[in-house]
Amino acid sequence: MSVIHTELLTKKFGSFVAVDHISFSVEEGEIFGFLGANGAGKTTAMRMLCGLSKPSFGSGIVAGFDLRHDSEKIKRSIGYMSQKFALYDDLTVRENIRLYAGIYGVPEKEIAPRIDTLLSGLGFSSERDTLVKSLPLGWKQKLAFSVAIFHNPKIVFLDEPTGGVDPVTRRQFWELIYQAASRGITVFVTTHYMDEAEYCNRVSIMVDGKIKALDTPRALRESFGCDSMDGVFHRLARGAKRTAD
Amino acid sequence: MLKYLLEKEFRQFVRNSFLMRMAVMLPVMTLLILPLAASFEVKRVKLAVVDADRSLYSSRLIRKIASSGTFSLELVASDYSGGIFAIDRNAADIVLEIPSGFERDLVREKDANVMIAANAVDQVKGSLGSEYLSVIVSDFGAEIRAELLAPQPKPAAGGFTVIPQYRYNPRLAYPVTMVPALLVMLLAMMCGYLPALNIVLEKEKGTIEQMNVTPVHRFTLIVAKLIPYWLVGFLALTIGFAIARFVYALVPAGSLMTLYAFAGIFILAISGFGLVISNYAKTVQQAMFMIFFFVITMIFISGIYTPVSSMPAWARALSVVSPLKYLIEVLRMVYLMGSSFADLRAQFFALCTFALFFNGWAVLSYKKTN
Amino acid sequence: MRQFLSFVRKEFRHIFRDRWTTIIIILLPVVMLILFGYALNTEVRNTDIAVCDPSHDRATERIIEELDRSQYFNVALRLANPDGIDAVFREGKIGLAVVFSDHFYDNLAHTGEAQIALVADGTDPNTAIARVNYATGIINSCRTDLAGSVTMPYSITATTRLLYNPEMKSAYNFVPGVMGMILMLVCAMMSSVSIAREKESGTMELLLVSPMRPILIILSKLIPYLALSCLILATILALAVFMLGVPIAGSFFWLSMTSVLFIIVALALGLLISTVAETQLVALLLSVMGLMLPVMLLSGMMFPIDNMPVFLQVIANVLPAKWYISAIRKLMIQGLGFRAIAGELAVLSLMAVALVAVSLKKFKVRLE
Repeated sequence: MSVIHTELLTKKFGSFVAVDHISFSVEEGEIFGFLGANGAGKTTAMRMLCGLSKPSFGSGIVAGFDLRHDSEKIKRSIGYMSQKFALYDDLTVRENIRLYAGIYGVPEKEIAPRIDTLLSGLGFSSERDTLVKSLPLGWKQKLAFSVAIFHNPKIVFLDEPTGGVDPVTRRQFWELIYQAASRGITVFVTTHYMDEAEYCNRVSIMVDGKIKALDTPRALRESFGCDSMDGVFHRLARGAKRTAD
Repeated sequence: MLKYLLEKEFRQFVRNSFLMRMAVMLPVMTLLILPLAASFEVKRVKLAVVDADRSLYSSRLIRKIASSGTFSLELVASDYSGGIFAIDRNAADIVLEIPSGFERDLVREKDANVMIAANAVDQVKGSLGSEYLSVIVSDFGAEIRAELLAPQPKPAAGGFTVIPQYRYNPRLAYPVTMVPALLVMLLAMMCGYLPALNIVLEKEKGTIEQMNVTPVHRFTLIVAKLIPYWLVGFLALTIGFAIARFVYALVPAGSLMTLYAFAGIFILAISGFGLVISNYAKTVQQAMFMIFFFVITMIFISGIYTPVSSMPAWARALSVVSPLKYLIEVLRMVYLMGSSFADLRAQFFALCTFALFFNGWAVLSYKKTN
Repeated sequence: MRQFLSFVRKEFRHIFRDRWTTIIIILLPVVMLILFGYALNTEVRNTDIAVCDPSHDRATERIIEELDRSQYFNVALRLANPDGIDAVFREGKIGLAVVFSDHFYDNLAHTGEAQIALVADGTDPNTAIARVNYATGIINSCRTDLAGSVTMPYSITATTRLLYNPEMKSAYNFVPGVMGMILMLVCAMMSSVSIAREKESGTMELLLVSPMRPILIILSKLIPYLALSCLILATILALAVFMLGVPIAGSFFWLSMTSVLFIIVALALGLLISTVAETQLVALLLSVMGLMLPVMLLSGMMFPIDNMPVFLQVIANVLPAKWYISAIRKLMIQGLGFRAIAGELAVLSLMAVALVAVSLKKFKVRLE
């Protein structure tokens, strides 16, 4: 069952075509990697899928709702983590989680106990009442992710979630993603780190707004004859014209 | 959902100590210090006298003027240009020149002249000051007349007297008019700027995007942002009323409830206005400059400093679109005249229209999806 | 040197990229000048008045007609008795009520005890006094007509000359005030935000760590705003002179020099604010909320400082705008020369130096 399905999804800014008629599907429970260089159009595409941006052309169904007409309904069933992590600096860890939990309709009685479980699972319990602005980057990331999936959405959209942290923290982060996927949450993640592609079930590679490849990492490596996704990407990106988002 | 959003907004507000302090200090400092500043009255006019006559009458005239209370005799100049020089140095505001032959002309020709030169850069001071001085001079003429002529039958020319009476403010205390004016400005500034800047700040940080991706309705979002600042406005108002009462002995002749009610609608209107701007501004700086521009224009056009009735037709038309105009009218009329709600129906209608219009526009122009 | 210029250029680019703010910064003085030049004045015009006239005789009718004919008043209501005055005041319908005593003309001619009460709405004392004065003036001008022309013996005529502003234009008084207010607020806001923005985004550290001396960093940030402010100043002066007819009676050179000095003081004040403010928001709020009301009310822009209680006059001396406005009035309207404004220039220079020095010190502390 596709949780995401797009047909010729396009976004234009004036005469500039940021996302160029992309069509693809994502299955339930998949970890889908949306790869591409900076400026390829990944974030723009993802914002359309989240209902943050209106498509210029084309259509899509996300979590069973139409992109164009039911974007507000989509929002009930998804989670989102932006590039900036977007937590409130001047609220504590607990207050941030509580806010989003309440907004997404988690019953009041359940919120506090679930927060405790979550924080102890992450090893954060001591930081419950710390202001987010005092947290180190890696912890902010993990927190933002946890907030995004707290309400058990069908799909969680992650926009460049691992920017700026060391490889160990990145690995830990992907552990969290696996845990979420094993709970049945579909994970749609954009990244420009090609090695992270290996962690996904399937990946697509965007170049200049178009999807130039879409398959499992293994199949892509074989068809392009490369040892790594990095190599695959270089092959594809050689003709790319855009270099910055 | 509103509950959680309100929790968040209040927590953030309280944690921002600068905002908290400002919300209290600003009204306090403003109302304690500034009401005494605003007066166009003409007092303590500095006089330079050129007495070319040096006669009994000229000295008497000068003494009469000096004892009037309005004029303070700053210096005696040797000639007219000396007097002008004093004006240039701001040592004097007016020069009175009594020409030589003054006494002789008055007694023999029954008609004498003096020359008044007033610094009219401040045209109110200049014109009123010179007018007061002429009145004293002609009074002096009447005194002399009474001494030199036989007593005349009562009806002097045009035998009536004009008696001024100042209602609602018999001692013409300036804080009476400035305290409401300052309150309106404070409310406009605080409740116009703050919620708007709040939203633009979130836009810059990216937390607005995180909110836009949730199922929260934009109406709820905006209401949650408004409520804390609404309360801040009420706090400022209460501080204002308290200071008015305990420091300036200003007690509203009308109902305090009416004041709070109108102020409440005004705050809604002005915050709505700020929010509209915040929806279109991209940075905090932009939002600030835009709101500042509109608020300062509205302040001047609303009759806070100068009466709307003195404005030309186009300006009066413009004042109709300033919510501040209606609130200042309400504040002054309720405080001083004891106007009741029934008297203020027009203002009520106007303020409600503004509140609905701006807030409606704010909600509609807020786009969760771009 | 090249690095310095590149920083200056960067700051300029920043300004121009934010089109709306630049537009508003230029538009604001224009709007203020139009308002102050044409709309805002303390004169009395078109005031609706009520008349209570039990006598209905030729004297009262004459006076009422004169009042109505004047541009100052407009007889809107006739009241049967004075009790109705309160109600119409409360509804905000009229600003002044003229109440004649009974048998007015009879009393006027025979007993001299006729009275006219001018009942003014005292809620705004300034306006009330003005209205009473104008009304009294008009009424007095009727006296001689009513009693026939009798030249009183032993009368002293006072000839009045109004210096510098013979047409009594309020613009003459207000324009320097508006200049002071706008330059002060806009410059303080702009410079405080510019530096606070740098601090917020963390690039301030970058700058401070670079080989450029802190004073040069600060200068590179302020110079573009100095240029922009000079543009604003030119706009204001052009409008004042050509649109409002305000003269520049004194030396244009000193006018410009004084203004540039004031701009520097205002920018330096913004600089100081930015050293205390951690974020753009706080910087802006401090500049606007902290400066706007004091400048409007205490700088002599609208209300004469001489009228204020002594403690306020002392506070006013702390405001740079007060000194600037006083100097500009002397230069523009009174046409005085350098010696007259030497005091103001000295104070402003002192303020500039002090503000920059304190800000520099705070910057250096940051480095340590």
